[in-house]
Amino acid sequence: MTTSTPAVEVRGLHKSYGEHVVLDGVDLTVEPGTVHALLGPNGAGKTTAVNILTTLLAPDGGTARVLGHDVVREPRLVRACIGLTGQFAALDDLLTAEENLVLVARLHHLPAAEIRSRTAELLERFELTSVAGDRPSTFSGGMRRRLDLAMGLLGRPSVLVLDEPTTGLDPRSRRATWDVVRDLVADGVTVLLTTQYLEEADQLADHISLLDGGRVVADGTPAELKRLVPGGHVRLTFSDDAALGEARRALGGEPDPEALALDVPGSGDVATLRRLLDRLDAEGVTVVDLSIRTPDLDDVFLALTGGTRPTDQPQEALR
Amino acid sequence: MSTATVPRPVDLPRPRPLADAMTMLGRQLRHARRYPELTVIVLLVPVVLLVLFVLVFGSTLGAGLAPGAPASRGAYADYVLPAILVMTITSIAQGTSTTMAMDTTQGIIDRFRTLSIAPGAVLSGHVLAATIQSLLSMVVVTGVGLAVGFRPHASAVDWLLVVGLLTGLSFAVSWLSVALGLASRTVESASNYPMPLVLLPFLGSGFVPTDSMPAGLRSFAEYQPFTPVMDAVRGLLLGTPVQASTVWVGAGWCAVLAVAGWLLARRLYARPRRG
Repeated sequence: MTTSTPAVEVRGLHKSYGEHVVLDGVDLTVEPGTVHALLGPNGAGKTTAVNILTTLLAPDGGTARVLGHDVVREPRLVRACIGLTGQFAALDDLLTAEENLVLVARLHHLPAAEIRSRTAELLERFELTSVAGDRPSTFSGGMRRRLDLAMGLLGRPSVLVLDEPTTGLDPRSRRATWDVVRDLVADGVTVLLTTQYLEEADQLADHISLLDGGRVVADGTPAELKRLVPGGHVRLTFSDDAALGEARRALGGEPDPEALALDVPGSGDVATLRRLLDRLDAEGVTVVDLSIRTPDLDDVFLALTGGTRPTDQPQEALR
Repeated sequence: MSTATVPRPVDLPRPRPLADAMTMLGRQLRHARRYPELTVIVLLVPVVLLVLFVLVFGSTLGAGLAPGAPASRGAYADYVLPAILVMTITSIAQGTSTTMAMDTTQGIIDRFRTLSIAPGAVLSGHVLAATIQSLLSMVVVTGVGLAVGFRPHASAVDWLLVVGLLTGLSFAVSWLSVALGLASRTVESASNYPMPLVLLPFLGSGFVPTDSMPAGLRSFAEYQPFTPVMDAVRGLLLGTPVQASTVWVGAGWCAVLAVAGWLLARRLYARPRRG
């Protein structure tokens, strides 16, 4: 923890619509120059939190500050510090890609020469130079997000807020977006992102706040969160039912008859493995296959959000 | 990139409402050029009505204007043109509500709301563009009017007053239409909200003199906002005597509608949406 002003500081944030409580006392601290992920299932309150932080929505209670500026009392100062890329690309479909960037650059009051150079630089960086004169309505989802992100960066924000930046993107575009985020952080930008993808949070975030039902149910580094749940086990596979049965009598654990496999709780360190295998050797049971499963954010998610599975992830994201 | 390590702003960025409004105006005018269909569609209503009323009904309606005088299509063209000009403004308003609602529903409004720009800039951009579109459209409609028999007898000062009044009304109706666009939840409903405004000239002195109407309707027709504007414009264009009070009342209505539309639009723009 540093002693500097947090990039984002949220205390006791409340928001409800009538009876429906969306945020129920959310606390959040984002250190400057880090990536902080708000991870949670649909309806957890992620977008509401982002809308309050970006001055789009007024909270019912609690405080939210961006670089020390209160979002309710000093919205214009907050806006001057942030860049937002929302869940849906906020583009002007009647303007070309370049005109979209120029529009935002003008609204940032950049001098004419800088408007030209920044626009060209961002088009180049997001691989949009060849389609600069085309309207975004002809773009793929990935290209639209890239343009949206470029527009969010025009004002050189100190804090970039990304609301589900890769939802609906193909794996290649997703990885490209991650690279952009990593580059930005290397340049000193603070990134607050919301995601329902565990892998995204795992890959990008220095710090994760797990949001469920309007509350932060867990908070920490990815490693810290993984330590919260004892999800690790060793999976042993056998050639037939008899071997599986004997192994189970010897070791305990959770059998999976379909796969002729036995899940034995415990970490996959060498000592444990040796003990397991020695035991099976003594019983004369042959092991066909062995795999070690360390707890991942999936386990944290399932354990802490009351069993709500995150959204379907592409196969490649499942580990 | 070596651009992002900029110290955070400690001072409030200097507001530049005029520059922001001009940027947004430029955007709207570009839209109008990119999407001319919308302008053509909204212009179709006044042009068709003008041609229909003058060429089809003109002779009959003209006969009722001044009993005794020779019935003339041209006289009716002179009579109805101010109403058609007002309808041009209200038709453009339908387009303005639509584009405002498109901004709102397509999410780009959130980008504008999270930029440190003058809060009214987005709205004034729409209003200024709509006013310019209305004025250009009225030039087209006046041209069609001349083709079907409209003959003005106005002095330069009269013309100036006419342009002034109609600009004022365009500005006022544009603020109302921006508010209506912000109030509507869908683009479709946004194009329908200004419909009463489009029909309002019928319930006034626009198409027939108010004396020919039944008592209740007549008092509404005489006191509704468009009637003094249409009466003043008609008198000025035809060179017939116009009471100064008619011009003032017309101008007053423009001011009232503009302020009402502006207040409503600002309120709706600041309204937090459901997140």
